[in-house]
Amino acid sequence: MTFESSEENGIGTVRLAGSLDGKTSPEVREQMRPLLATYSKIILDLSKVDYLSSAGLRLLLLLYREFSAKKGKLALVGVSEDIRTVMSHTGFLDFFTLAGTQAEAVEAVS
Amino acid sequence: MSMEERIDFYPTHETGGVRFRRGRPLPFGATIVPNGVNFSIFSSAADSCTLVLFRKREPKPFIEIKFPPEFRIGDVYSMIVFDLDYEDLEYGYRFSGPWQPEWGHRFDESKIVGDPYAKVLGGRDVWRAQPDWLDPYQHRARLSFDDFDWEDDKPLEIPTKDLVIYEAHVRGFTAHTSSKVSAPGTFGGLREKIPYLRSLGINCLELLPIYEFDEWENNRQHPETGELLLNYWGYSTVGFFAPKAGYAATGKLGMQVDELKNLIKELHRAGIEIMLDVVFNHTAEGDQRGPYISYRGIDNRTYYILTPEGYYYNFSGCGNTLNCNHPVVRNMVLDCLRYWASEYHIDGFRFDLASILGRDQNGAPLSNPPLLESLAYDPVLSKCKLIAEAWDAGGLYQVGSFPAYGRWAEWNGKYRDAARRFIKSEPGMTGEIATRIQGSPDLYWYRGPTASLNFITCHDGFTLRDLVSYDYKHNEANGEYNRDGNDDNHSWNCGWEGETNDPGVNALRIRQMKNAATLLFTSRGVPMLLMGDEIGRTQKGNNNSYCHDNELSWMDWGAVEKESELLRFFSRLIAFRHAHPALRGDRFFAHRDYVGSGKPDISFHGTRAWQPDWGGRCLAFMLCGQHASPKDSDMYVAMNAYWDGLPFEIPWPSEGKRWRVAINTSMQQPQDIFEGESGPIIESSELIVGGRSIMVLIA
Repeated sequence: MTFESSEENGIGTVRLAGSLDGKTSPEVREQMRPLLATYSKIILDLSKVDYLSSAGLRLLLLLYREFSAKKGKLALVGVSEDIRTVMSHTGFLDFFTLAGTQAEAVEAVS
Repeated sequence: MSMEERIDFYPTHETGGVRFRRGRPLPFGATIVPNGVNFSIFSSAADSCTLVLFRKREPKPFIEIKFPPEFRIGDVYSMIVFDLDYEDLEYGYRFSGPWQPEWGHRFDESKIVGDPYAKVLGGRDVWRAQPDWLDPYQHRARLSFDDFDWEDDKPLEIPTKDLVIYEAHVRGFTAHTSSKVSAPGTFGGLREKIPYLRSLGINCLELLPIYEFDEWENNRQHPETGELLLNYWGYSTVGFFAPKAGYAATGKLGMQVDELKNLIKELHRAGIEIMLDVVFNHTAEGDQRGPYISYRGIDNRTYYILTPEGYYYNFSGCGNTLNCNHPVVRNMVLDCLRYWASEYHIDGFRFDLASILGRDQNGAPLSNPPLLESLAYDPVLSKCKLIAEAWDAGGLYQVGSFPAYGRWAEWNGKYRDAARRFIKSEPGMTGEIATRIQGSPDLYWYRGPTASLNFITCHDGFTLRDLVSYDYKHNEANGEYNRDGNDDNHSWNCGWEGETNDPGVNALRIRQMKNAATLLFTSRGVPMLLMGDEIGRTQKGNNNSYCHDNELSWMDWGAVEKESELLRFFSRLIAFRHAHPALRGDRFFAHRDYVGSGKPDISFHGTRAWQPDWGGRCLAFMLCGQHASPKDSDMYVAMNAYWDGLPFEIPWPSEGKRWRVAINTSMQQPQDIFEGESGPIIESSELIVGGRSIMVLIA
């Protein structure tokens, strides 16, 4: 799992790559923590995430909840068709804002 | 002091790099605790127990930890293991103990056995995927997060009297390509068909078993056709706490728990309850020749009812009998149902061969069975519907006498038989059918009509179309030379055995299906409909399709278009029932006027008003709507099971009212059923009811 973050116009973008599962989730959570404190608008780019496990989905929901509690806005971008289907079957999809492109994601959090 | 500072959240022991400590005996099973997992399992007769831990799908364990003697309290072995990857873990046990079958002991330390409380089971993750038969641990216990976000969902608690149940098979409902869902044959696929169930009007979905089972159990090829025959129905439980992984599109990812919960949440949002068909009468371990999955290797003598020689009693017809009234097993059943009610928001349970649950540890029927009593009074289950299949394969038949404690309802097999015989024009059925229509007061006089689960067809037996298309069962495809399945079907083929192009026969069949449906939905009690009957699903005369994971059992959605007349009739009929409280009372009729309407709550008639013919083929009844609700209509139902049309003299409607046709099964659409008060007014005092037809009037 690799983790990159950048900022543009006050919007933080986090790009994850690899598998988001029980092994990598704790580390991602640690790395996300300062960003959640810094920004009020975050875009999570999952286009390089090839596998999202149950623990990975739970991490996303946890981040989303923590962030929403602070009135922050979070959008997911680059969610593959496979992952979107899994999220739909398991009921996670409805909780998130999904965007097709980075531009749409910027609009969604703005 | 924060929770993290508790001293018992830290290990005291270590072996092979894995750290652990003494655990907590309760709850049983594997429970995620701070920093680790608490494993707890019961065995009353083992000498020792070893915890076996695997990484997911690996053939060899990464560690085996024998429980130190001080980790056992009473008969319970418990241990907390730290720093485990919850997602990547599979666990099992080895038990060492005596091999003394004559004393009921069958311990075998070479076997790895599963946890009876396992919440997730791996090994059959994808339906019909060839298992690894060399794996020494076939059904692998895993951990469950159990943190699903239900938001504001809870069980719906629809009054039992208002239920309309739809009995379906998860896979069979959408496996057919015509279903056009994204994941055919799964919980996710079913979820996509919720709009169909809503438009049909049902408000309770009863699913054939969804506890983990092995579709490969007793698999075989048909000797002539070569068709692979599987355990498709699933009445053979591997694990009572785990949902069937192969029924989840996400089972290969281990997310079946979330997928099922999401289905339930969406059903509830659509106003549909969910009821599970649960099989506590036996397990998938079979008799002494069967596999070691769990119970047999843990405490054979506790989990099963054994003969004095140590063999398995077979009251289930499936090789063994779960020892349900042993206090430990009883608690397991109770824990299990509480888990499903609280963790999965299940609204009710239908108990397969429930009479076994009322047998003692020697197999004798009990007058006051502790398990049934516990379930009836349980605080967590108190709003769950409890429905018994009130017989077993050991000869106990308790329809009308199942120990009910004011809570249990029963599958009313007598309703089914009487309805079938009346509809096929057997003479002399009017007396019994009058009783069945009222909710079977002869059987349930002290319990009320909601104790009667009324049905004409269910998964076990003919579909409705086959009931009117076959005189005899045709089970050759089961590979047992047509010996299996019930011979006593009370069916009638309408003049030709099986499919035909004869328009007269086909029209009569449609009419007979409408007659059956009309009878069912105008009867007091709780109606249950079999998946696909509303679109004339056929199994080509097979009345025991338990082994067919193919188009014989699956719902063909093409029939939604082809059988639109039947579907329209069913959905309007269900709406008619929902619209009229007089059809759904939870008390028996008094046969007198107790609201001052001038009419008794129910009255019976024949071809002459007020003169029923007890013994013929025709019967009419009138319901006074005011006895149910000030606004409800009066209703007159004339049932002519004679083959020619007959004139029925109609009782006078109440002052200022006129009878209108609501249903007439002798007509084709759109004249067969009318919405609201759009049907034609009856001007005369006489009604011609067509041969083998039912008319319903409202006023």
